[in-house]
Amino acid sequence: MTLVCVNNVHKAFGDLQVLKGIDLNVAQGEVVAIIGRSGSGKSTLLRCLNQLEQHDSGEITIAEQQLDAGSMSPKELSENVGMVFQSFNLFPHKTVGDNVCLAPVVVRGEARADVEKVAREVLDKVGLADKYDAYPAQLSGGQQQRVAIARALAMRPKVLLCDEVTSALDPELVGEVLRVLEALAAEGMTLILVTHEMGFARDVADRVVFMHQGRIHEEGEPAELFSNPKTPELKQFISAVL
Amino acid sequence: MGPTLDFLTLLPYVSELVKGLTTTVVLTVVTTLTGLGLAVAVAYLRVNGQPWMRWGLGGYVEVTRNTPFIVQLFFIFFGLPGLGIKIDAITAAFIAMTLNLAAYSAEILRAGISATAKGQLEAARALGMSTLQSYRHVVLVPAFARVYPSLISQAIIVMLGSAVVSQISVFDLTYAANFIQSRNFRSFEVYLLITLVYLLLAFGMRRAFMLVGKRVFAYQQGEQR
Repeated sequence: MTLVCVNNVHKAFGDLQVLKGIDLNVAQGEVVAIIGRSGSGKSTLLRCLNQLEQHDSGEITIAEQQLDAGSMSPKELSENVGMVFQSFNLFPHKTVGDNVCLAPVVVRGEARADVEKVAREVLDKVGLADKYDAYPAQLSGGQQQRVAIARALAMRPKVLLCDEVTSALDPELVGEVLRVLEALAAEGMTLILVTHEMGFARDVADRVVFMHQGRIHEEGEPAELFSNPKTPELKQFISAVL
Repeated sequence: MGPTLDFLTLLPYVSELVKGLTTTVVLTVVTTLTGLGLAVAVAYLRVNGQPWMRWGLGGYVEVTRNTPFIVQLFFIFFGLPGLGIKIDAITAAFIAMTLNLAAYSAEILRAGISATAKGQLEAARALGMSTLQSYRHVVLVPAFARVYPSLISQAIIVMLGSAVVSQISVFDLTYAANFIQSRNFRSFEVYLLITLVYLLLAFGMRRAFMLVGKRVFAYQQGEQR
C-alpha cells in the first residue's frame, strides 16, 4: 500500500527553484533514504511532507489525505507524520518524560497516566527508560536525539521523517542513533531519511533516492545504486562521500 | 546645640507607617502579577496578532514608554473623569502601574521570544501543536528565563515608581511619610526611614524573584552556556 505519494511537486524560495518536479511514492513499511549534495533539495522535500514548507504546486498525499497549503492543521498532520530534526529540538525546560508526554496530552488530550505509560515504552525502545526525569541538557547529543525519536513515536505516526538526524553528532554517538532507526525499520515503521550516512543507507534502506538540483536524479535498491551508479552525477557523488 | 536625630518622634505614627507600607506592598505584588500577565499577552499578540492589533499594541507600548509615569497616572485619575469614567485613587494606581509595567515588560519579553530558536517552534508544530499551544508550552518558559534579570529590574523600578501614587492621595509609604512630617516636622527622620524601607523592599523583591526563578528555571542548572 502506498503511504506517501508525491506527484510533480515544485517549491521555490523567491527566485530559487529548490524542487523542480518531484515524484516519489513510498509504501507502508518502506525505508527510503534520500541522499545528495547540500542544496539539492532533500531537506526541503522532507519539510514539504509535513508542511513546515508549503509546496507551490503538485500534490502530496499521505495516508490518502491530500496536503495543500493550509488544508490540514498541525494537529491533523501529526496523526500521520512525525519528524526528527538534525538539531534534536528537545524542549530544554522539560524533562525527558515531559518532552515525550507533552504533545499527546496537549494536542490529543489523552489522559496523562496513559501517556506516561506510552512514554516509558517508547523511551525503553530507544534505550533511555532510566533518563525519564533528566533534563535534555544533562544528556549527550546521541541520547538527546534518541529522546527526540521517542517523542515523535509517542504520537504514533504512520511515517517518520528524519532530517539528517546524525549530522550534529560526534562520530562516536552516531551509531546509537542509527541502531534505534534500524530497529524501527525492522519493526516495519515507514521511514524517510535524509542522510549522509551512506553505510546506513546501504544496509538499512529498501530504496535510495539520489537528488540533484531539485530533481530525483536516480533511485534504486541500495546495493545496485551504490555499486552500479548510472549517472555521472551519482558516480561523482559516491566517489566524493565514500 | 545643633539639630538632633530623634527617631522616637516617629513612634506615635507607627500605624500610619504600617498602613502605608502595606499599601505599597499590596500594590506592588498585585501589579507585578497583573503587569507581567498582561505583558505576556501583549508580547504574544505583538508577534502573532492581526496587523491592526500589532499596530495598536505597538502604539500603547510606545506611548507608555515615552511619557512620564506621573502624567499617565494623572491622566487616568484626573483626565478620565472628563470622559465620564470615574475611578477611585487606589484603582487608578493599580491600572497605571499595571499598564506601565506591562508595556516595558512586553518589550523585554518580546526580545526573549524572538531569541527562541526556530527549531523549537518547528518541533512543536511537527508534534501537532497550534501556535498558541507552542507558545504556552514551548516558548514561554525559556523566553522568560532568558530575560528574567531585566524583568526583575523592571518590576523593581515600578515598585519604586509607585511612590508617585501618593500624589493622587493613595495612602502608600510615601504618603505616610508626607503625612507624618507635616505633623511632627521631623522630615529628616521620616524620609531616612522610608528610604531604608524602599531599599529593603527592593532587595527583598530581587531576592524573592531569584528564589522563584531558581525553582521555575531549575532546568538551566548543569546546562552549558
